[in-house]
Amino acid sequence: MGFVRKLAIVAATVAGLFAFNQAFEYGVGDFQINPYYARIINLVGINITLAVSLNLINGLAGQFSIGHAGFMAVGGYAATYLTVFHGEALARLVGGTVMSGAGSVVVMVLSLTVGALSAAVAGLVVGIPSLRLKGDYLAIVTLGFSEIIRVIILNIPAVGGATGFTAALPITNFFWIFGVALLTITIVRNITNSTFGRALGAVRCDEIAAEAMGVNTTRHKVLAFVISAGLAGMAGGLSGQLFANPLSPQNLNFVKSIEVIVMIVVGGLGSITGAVLGATTLTILPEALRTVDQQFPGLRMVLYALLLILFMIFRPQGLLGRKELKDLFRR
Amino acid sequence: MMQPLPSGLLHARKVTKRFGGLTAVKDLTLEVPRGALYGLIGPNGAGKTTVFNLLTGVYKPTEGEIHFDGRRVDGRPPYEIANRGIARTFQNIRLFSDMTVLENVMTAQHLRTRQWLVEAVLGSARHHREEREERERAIELLRIFRLDGVAGEQATSLPYGSQRRLEIARALATKPKLLLLDEPAAGMNPQEARELMDLIQSIRNRFSLTIVLVEHNMKVVMGICETVQVLDHGVSIALGTPAEVQRNAQVIEAYLGVG
Repeated sequence: MGFVRKLAIVAATVAGLFAFNQAFEYGVGDFQINPYYARIINLVGINITLAVSLNLINGLAGQFSIGHAGFMAVGGYAATYLTVFHGEALARLVGGTVMSGAGSVVVMVLSLTVGALSAAVAGLVVGIPSLRLKGDYLAIVTLGFSEIIRVIILNIPAVGGATGFTAALPITNFFWIFGVALLTITIVRNITNSTFGRALGAVRCDEIAAEAMGVNTTRHKVLAFVISAGLAGMAGGLSGQLFANPLSPQNLNFVKSIEVIVMIVVGGLGSITGAVLGATTLTILPEALRTVDQQFPGLRMVLYALLLILFMIFRPQGLLGRKELKDLFRR
Repeated sequence: MMQPLPSGLLHARKVTKRFGGLTAVKDLTLEVPRGALYGLIGPNGAGKTTVFNLLTGVYKPTEGEIHFDGRRVDGRPPYEIANRGIARTFQNIRLFSDMTVLENVMTAQHLRTRQWLVEAVLGSARHHREEREERERAIELLRIFRLDGVAGEQATSLPYGSQRRLEIARALATKPKLLLLDEPAAGMNPQEARELMDLIQSIRNRFSLTIVLVEHNMKVVMGICETVQVLDHGVSIALGTPAEVQRNAQVIEAYLGVG
């Protein structure tokens, strides 16, 4: 694909996202989207980023991480911190304000970059010691790591402690959420279809054979882990700065990590399309079940759990298995 | 003190490997000249596979040194040794099970490609070209093994003999100087074994390889190896041409017991 064509695709995507964003916020003609639905759609977008990024390490490389919420927290708090405490100054550099125009673009890009980088560094620190070992050590280490992060945040008053980072400015919108989701999908897809991605697949299938074929397994696992953590950090930055959706330690415990794992398992481990479907379904499903709650209070989460159990019994490979969108249209 | 450089491609000097109290390989010296087809045989439990694991870095020798292509390789990690040019197959086939035949070979080309992760992420034109070339190279290799027809099949769905051939193809994709084959004829019928012998001969010439093989099938060993070394209980008991080794009293004793 030529450079010009690629540039055109990027430009068209940005324009499309922008148009959708305008429709989302100001409506089309008389039609205005229900804010409740708008919110669910935004959460779907954030969860797509989380699920697709986790899929890189859990699905493609076959390593079991249960610390995605931890990386989301590191990135989210770092990004939000930047906006809250330095956003005004940064926006002034381009002669705007944090909440509008060029100012908000600059602040958002910088804040997401800082979020991604800080989460990636955290990923490196956690990944190097734990990924050198073969086996399930990663699960325990990542679980411990995300709990440590949570307790640390709980004890920093500047970021709100137990109440959550309520000082966050609501600069996240549809445009950024789905821009990042598309970026994540593109990055993970391109990695999957490369030498690096195949080497990760080899690590998943058989580490000994992978090493014998010249794959430096530790280096590959750590690199994939760092990329995955960085993307989760961006999702954190988006989530924490969404209107009335502040980051808080109790929302970023290991239950959140499990939630993301469930999304990729339901979608089909290793499939990007599956991760997108899983994230969408499992964000909408608990909300859709709210109607049940109106008649039988408390039944909602019971039903949700039951549906998951039934699903795993009848379709243990997930919605798509390892298949992608393009495989579904073949033949 | 400078060690004199060994003349052969692979040179193991007085290598010993102990697992706790068990000595799996003892004082083994192995000298494989460039271009040789070298057989390593011995009864079950003689330590043949352990030797392969020592040569490829899966195990680190307790004592002794291993030199490959003029450099010391013992104690180096397996991926580095693969990079220096030693490739292997496994006794119990270790294909990448949920990948296709083609992907198995392409994965093994990993070492010899010039792909950059950044370029892959950005999907650059150069990256796409590299991918295309790699695919073509992989298919070409599969053609030699008559596996190009099943390139899109899942590797583990192939019949056993084809899986063994695919493992050799995958090893060759790393462009090795030395190929270690761990019981390549295991589980093959006489017809398949004969075809395998021809295949081994032809790839040696075609890729100017040096081959060391561990094998139980004596017809195969005696038919293609120029030099045979016999191990028993981790100790080398004989070394020579197939005919010489066959006449060796110690070898007969190791295989058949004392009469």
